[in-house]
Amino acid sequence: MTPAEAGPTSNVSLLLQTRKLTRILPAVVPVTLVQDVDISIGNSEFVAITGPSGSGKSSLLYLLGLLDKPTSGGVLIEESSTSDLSSGEMASMRLAKIGFVFQFHFLLPEFTALENIMIPMQKLGRLSARDQLEHATGLLVDLGLQDFLHRRPAQLSGGQRQRVAVARALANSPDLILADEPTGSLDSAATEQVFGSLQSIVETQKTTVVAVTHDMDLASRMQRRIHLVDGKIDYDRVQ
Amino acid sequence: MLLLRIAATHVRNRMRQTVVSTLGVALGVGFSVAMASLMEGSQRDFMTTLIEAIPHVEILDEQRNPAEQPATAKYDAVAFHGLRPLEDLRGIRNPTEAIASLRDWVLGDFAQRLSGQAVLRYSGQDIGMTLVGVVPRRELLVSKVREDMRAGSFEALDTTANGLVIGGKAASRLGAELGDTVTLTSANGIAKRFKIVGLFHTGITTSDEGLAYAPLKAVQILLEKPDIINSISIRLADIRQANDVAARAERQLGYKAVSWEEANEGLMEAFVVRNAIMYTVVGAILVVAGFGIFNIVSTIVHEKARDIAILKSLGFPESDIQQIFVLEGLVIGILGALAGCLLGFGLSSYLATVKFEVTTDIEMTRLPIHFSYIHYVLSCFLALFSSAIAGLIPARKAAKLNPVDIIRGAT
Repeated sequence: MTPAEAGPTSNVSLLLQTRKLTRILPAVVPVTLVQDVDISIGNSEFVAITGPSGSGKSSLLYLLGLLDKPTSGGVLIEESSTSDLSSGEMASMRLAKIGFVFQFHFLLPEFTALENIMIPMQKLGRLSARDQLEHATGLLVDLGLQDFLHRRPAQLSGGQRQRVAVARALANSPDLILADEPTGSLDSAATEQVFGSLQSIVETQKTTVVAVTHDMDLASRMQRRIHLVDGKIDYDRVQ
Repeated sequence: MLLLRIAATHVRNRMRQTVVSTLGVALGVGFSVAMASLMEGSQRDFMTTLIEAIPHVEILDEQRNPAEQPATAKYDAVAFHGLRPLEDLRGIRNPTEAIASLRDWVLGDFAQRLSGQAVLRYSGQDIGMTLVGVVPRRELLVSKVREDMRAGSFEALDTTANGLVIGGKAASRLGAELGDTVTLTSANGIAKRFKIVGLFHTGITTSDEGLAYAPLKAVQILLEKPDIINSISIRLADIRQANDVAARAERQLGYKAVSWEEANEGLMEAFVVRNAIMYTVVGAILVVAGFGIFNIVSTIVHEKARDIAILKSLGFPESDIQQIFVLEGLVIGILGALAGCLLGFGLSSYLATVKFEVTTDIEMTRLPIHFSYIHYVLSCFLALFSSAIAGLIPARKAAKLNPVDIIRGAT
């Protein structure tokens, strides 16, 4: 198996696939962000996407999360093509199946930690109001934030905010969590806390986590690493 | 409910801007309500005064079209030239019979009149008057002259064969008082002495200086028109039937019958134009208030670009994002409309207490205000419509924002 053709790390069902995924930014001189990327990711994988600045890591993540549309090629989720989905259907898929964690926490500043986690649950409407509250509280407690339930983002430290963001990504029990430099703005102690949380999610909840990172130490601790250079896969290997 | 909560949170966290925009809408709604109350109040006041003052239907001693000449009736000619038209003595003949035929089907009161010009002379001074011969007890049923009496009584015309009721201003000009005897001279030169038994004051100078009432018989003698009248006034039980009654009466009697609406056609048109102007101004005020809302929602969209990206990444579709910002416009609109209704009611109530002392022809002692829920409903509807549109424009922009651009910009 060539590095670029590496598949899921174990014999598990396919969650995410890309076929010749390409994203070109239209401009006077078009900019190629991602080019002909073919990857397959299964359930319960912990995947790192690495590469130098401008290599297309974040662009690939946004394409995988259906936040951006490819110029050509496509993304398959659970072996179903997403190319023909409307923007509303893509939003529904993000709501039910995908959780995002960004470099900056991106919490809604006017809402408390608990409310931030309950908002996607309320939107999905799968649980009753009481169950939503219980589930949100449980997620925060699991991430060691039991004393900060009713604090707003401005009243939390960077690590705490990022853990709230992780809890929010887990709110609707998604199959996939996409994290864009989740520890990029944190100190080493907070980095360990957030990384530990993500690792625990993969192990205990069997959720797939795909994380873009510059931190080679963290990348080396993940099961699989996809390295991009100039928008193309340089290597894709199990560690 | 979730979208409303997010919208309300955005609005609440920009309290100063929200208060300013809400005040803009409130002032718009408040002044619109007060203005509409004043305009409709003045219109209704004017109409009431008008309807009280004039008969609902008046049958006059003239034809709507010129009378057919005998030559035209006899020959099938297209036109005649040089013929002298048949002289016709004006007046409604057999008034008792005419009124009796109307009484069969018209529900209301009738009064016959004979009007003509005469000169009123007293202590060497003359005033030209319109002399109206009336049957006093019938006249009182169709006009409000009794309310205008300031001295003596109108009923005294019934008991005084040569009684006369004139305006207070005319009496002052002549130096005459109640009980004095004056002379009236007709255009034919016939003079007759009358005793002033009453003085009235309508507030309309032309009436107060130039109108006189006398018993019908006395006026018929003075004007040499025995058993002739020149108008029948009708006061209807249902004013809305005025046009129908006038049309049928005209067909039945052959004389021109004019309803109060036809008599004041120009005025009715003026009211329509006035209302159109009023609602245009009200609309303009609310459009200006809408700009305030547009401004705040646009500012929120600009400031909340990151939140929009977050919500989209969480799985909120474009329609939800649009709804959130339209709701923000509506929240401000609803708060403004509610405050505006209170302001409008307060302003209208205050204006209703304002008194004026005006000494023109028509005296107005207070501002006429008409309280109607329609004004509040209409102003609120316009305010909410304006708010929704003002919110919709930036909301559409918000819904179209690309979350990736915002996330990249933030990082």
